[in-house]
Amino acid sequence: MATTAPAEALLEAPADGWRHRYARHPVATFLLWRVAAGILTLLVVTMVIFAVLQIIPGNVTQIVLGRNATPDRIAAINASLHLNESVPTRYLSFLGGVVTGHFGDSSAALAQGQTLSVWHAIRTPLGNSLVLAGITTVLFIPLSLFFGMVAALRAGRPTDSILSLTALTLGAMPEFLIGTLLIVIFFAQLNLLPPVSLIPAGQTPLGNPKELVLPVLTLLGVSTAFGSRLLRASMIEVLGEDFVAMARLNGYRERRVVFRYALRNALAPSAQILAQQIQYLIGGIIVVESVFSYPGIGSKLVQAIQVRDTQMVTIIATIIAAIYILINILADLAVVLLVPKLRTRA
Amino acid sequence: MGGIELVADVAGLRVETPGGDPILEDVTLGLRRGAVLGLVGESGSGKTTTGLALLGYTQGGATITSGEIRLDGKGVPATSDRAMRKRRGRDITYVPQNPGRALNPSLRIGQAVSEMLRAHGDADAAPGSVAGALASVGLPASDEFQRRYPHQLSGGQQQRVCIAVSVVCEPPIVVLDEPTTGLDVVTQARIIDELIRLRSEHQISMIYISHDLAVVAQVADRIAVMYAGRVIEEGPAQKILRAPRHPYTRGLLASVPDHLRPRVLEPMAGVSAAVGERPQGCAFAPRCPLCVDECKRAVPELTPIGEDHWSRCRRAELVTAPVLAPLALEHRQGITSQEVLTVSHLRAEHRGRGHSVVAARDISFAVARGECVGLVGESGSGKTTIARAVAGLHPPTAGEIRLHDKPLAPNARSRTREERRSVQMVFQNPGDALNPRHTVRDAIARPARLLRRLGGTEADTEVERLLELVRLPQRVAGRYPSELSGGERQRIGIARALASEPELIICDEVTSALDVSVQAAVLKLLGDLKDELGLSLLFITHDLGVVATIADSLLVLERGDVCEQGSVQSVFDSPQHPYTQGLMAAAPSITAVLEQRDDLQGGASTEPRVAAGRPPSRASGQAT
Repeated sequence: MATTAPAEALLEAPADGWRHRYARHPVATFLLWRVAAGILTLLVVTMVIFAVLQIIPGNVTQIVLGRNATPDRIAAINASLHLNESVPTRYLSFLGGVVTGHFGDSSAALAQGQTLSVWHAIRTPLGNSLVLAGITTVLFIPLSLFFGMVAALRAGRPTDSILSLTALTLGAMPEFLIGTLLIVIFFAQLNLLPPVSLIPAGQTPLGNPKELVLPVLTLLGVSTAFGSRLLRASMIEVLGEDFVAMARLNGYRERRVVFRYALRNALAPSAQILAQQIQYLIGGIIVVESVFSYPGIGSKLVQAIQVRDTQMVTIIATIIAAIYILINILADLAVVLLVPKLRTRA
Repeated sequence: MGGIELVADVAGLRVETPGGDPILEDVTLGLRRGAVLGLVGESGSGKTTTGLALLGYTQGGATITSGEIRLDGKGVPATSDRAMRKRRGRDITYVPQNPGRALNPSLRIGQAVSEMLRAHGDADAAPGSVAGALASVGLPASDEFQRRYPHQLSGGQQQRVCIAVSVVCEPPIVVLDEPTTGLDVVTQARIIDELIRLRSEHQISMIYISHDLAVVAQVADRIAVMYAGRVIEEGPAQKILRAPRHPYTRGLLASVPDHLRPRVLEPMAGVSAAVGERPQGCAFAPRCPLCVDECKRAVPELTPIGEDHWSRCRRAELVTAPVLAPLALEHRQGITSQEVLTVSHLRAEHRGRGHSVVAARDISFAVARGECVGLVGESGSGKTTIARAVAGLHPPTAGEIRLHDKPLAPNARSRTREERRSVQMVFQNPGDALNPRHTVRDAIARPARLLRRLGGTEADTEVERLLELVRLPQRVAGRYPSELSGGERQRIGIARALASEPELIICDEVTSALDVSVQAAVLKLLGDLKDELGLSLLFITHDLGVVATIADSLLVLERGDVCEQGSVQSVFDSPQHPYTQGLMAAAPSITAVLEQRDDLQGGASTEPRVAAGRPPSRASGQAT
């Protein structure tokens, strides 16, 4: 995924004919190209997922039926799962289904003779995970900016040392360690918060905020540690730039200098890496969901893989891939908006 | 300095690094109302630190440890506080050296100017104020221009924006720190004219900081010369330029090349001491031809030696103006020895995506044995591209390069070892051109080993010989480039180029990044080598003075085309092409300034020089 020159392709478009129209709206053109590229990438990802699932050993029917698997029943269910058709045919029908919004039925369920719409199965867990990720993101970005900024402004002094040490320690610990430590503190010792996030079916996590606190804190720990160190480095570099000194020499208010001159220009280099952190969150979430028994998409995915539920796995993986790609596009868009050089002709 | 109203007054200023080393030791100077004070010094002299101190600002953790600064009677505190912040931008402003880096890249030009207005001007500034400010520095006032970002402006335009920001609130004092360094000569002349005009329109007092005496000569009423953290001479500009009263000032004047009076430069011995390594007593003593024991023991005081003229030299009365021998131009005209390099109809392009830009068009010239050919032009003229093509780093799209009448392969990799040995190159920035992980010995020995197939001990002997040739002490052989000064590094670059015993050395702006005195020493070295070894040089530069000093013949390039070509004598005596004439008129020259002031009979020049268009008269063969 392009990390360094997202919009260069269109800046050299000469002002003639149809290109002229596109050159006038560099940001819109950029977005168009990136979305098109994103869709293409998603396509390739689905093909890879599909291909991988063909290679891994184990067949959904055999696993699900277990001892009841007689060759006749296997053959019959395989036929109903269209497993006899060629891979390309199956892929194309899967693709057709996704594009039209039909996510199909769980292969494992079908193998047992039941129908379970994939969408129905994943709808709630997906929502729960998105809530978790969303809250974490909304919190971790401002917190990273804040701690990073404070550390940069007090660079070399005790405040900076404390903040950096904390970030280093937190960042070095895996999520399950942080999660477990938090459970120990807040449940075992203080009995303030629940150790597991069992949300009754039908209710949203937002209705049970206490269940959210520890998982969010765990995820925040790692992300903020990483994000604040990144922002600190970026800020320190920008604070040493000539234009920041110039703003001070012009007698501008320090607050203005720090926010509009320093921070504003420190964001762009960090945007893409922060986006990677958000993407990482998606993976980290699976671990955290496991620690807290949080009913999210992670556990659903793991279960589906264990039974080789091809339809479920493919759909979930595709959705996660789509989210990844979306985040990338948004990050590149943020960079283009923050750095005028990338969207204006020199 | 009684009786004269000083709008800025510095007394005994001392600034130290966090480690306690003094950057400034006892700086005393005064800026008179409505006047321009030129603050001259080389790198390490402390001129930028002084300029910033006037705004109550220090860089890199340095602290003002003693001394007094008064702006319009009011003191400037040693540590920056809120009160001082309010005065910055209102009572005194700063124009930076590198305008491209001094502007917020995410702020539009119009916003940059209006920000200054909002901070210090009227709370509700008239909407036309920004347009007015831009127009006053010769920039378009249109909405379209105001919506541009800094990277969409040229270097000259960026500098004008910085100047506009600095004068828009009409401060009484402006500190300009090398405002035209890095700009091409014609732009530089225009900016200087703009500054002169602004000064008279707004009655601004200016401190013009520069290492370039010739540029300072054009704008300053008074000049203060700084060396090793002290002001060593201050006085009226005329007096200092005609009759300096400090050996260092004299040395500087003898090191400045002048395209209107090409003469043999007299570089000063030694190098200026870095911060923390300054000697006891007079800092210039180790290099001073007039030095006596007394000088080494105690620092001389700044004493008055004439009307409004001060010098920090015990033997000031013995200092004379430098009289330099004119270069024997007639001799240089008659180089008829065999041709080493022949370039015919060279065409070089830069290929972009789907389109190509022609960097050099139909270039033909020859370099004879022992001759120095200068390639002169501004940035974008193609001179560097041509140099790289000759070196084999940029394959030309058409034309031919011949070495001793045998065609040279366009790519250096395809050339024979003999050919690569014969053509060597020295680069502009010696810090970037030397491998920081190689010692000096490694760097110099390498071409000798690879291109001349010298063995271990033979190569070491060669290194010794070459270090002597470039006038460097043997002990630098074991050092790394980071431990050496810019001038020393450039000499090593030259030694490295000489290591393969080349016939032609391409010098790409080799002195542009050096101080004036170091430049003079390097030019002298190259001139001596040219004579001693029969070396041919292809010398690329934008500085007319430098090319007049070292080259025998030259090509003047404008955007890839040769507009004038010939011996230095004929081109400088009577330039034919309007571009050449424009360059010569715009390039700063101390001689021109002194002549002009003779004509005007004293007083600072207020006339724009570029508008005049004609280059000042040039009587060849006369000593300064």
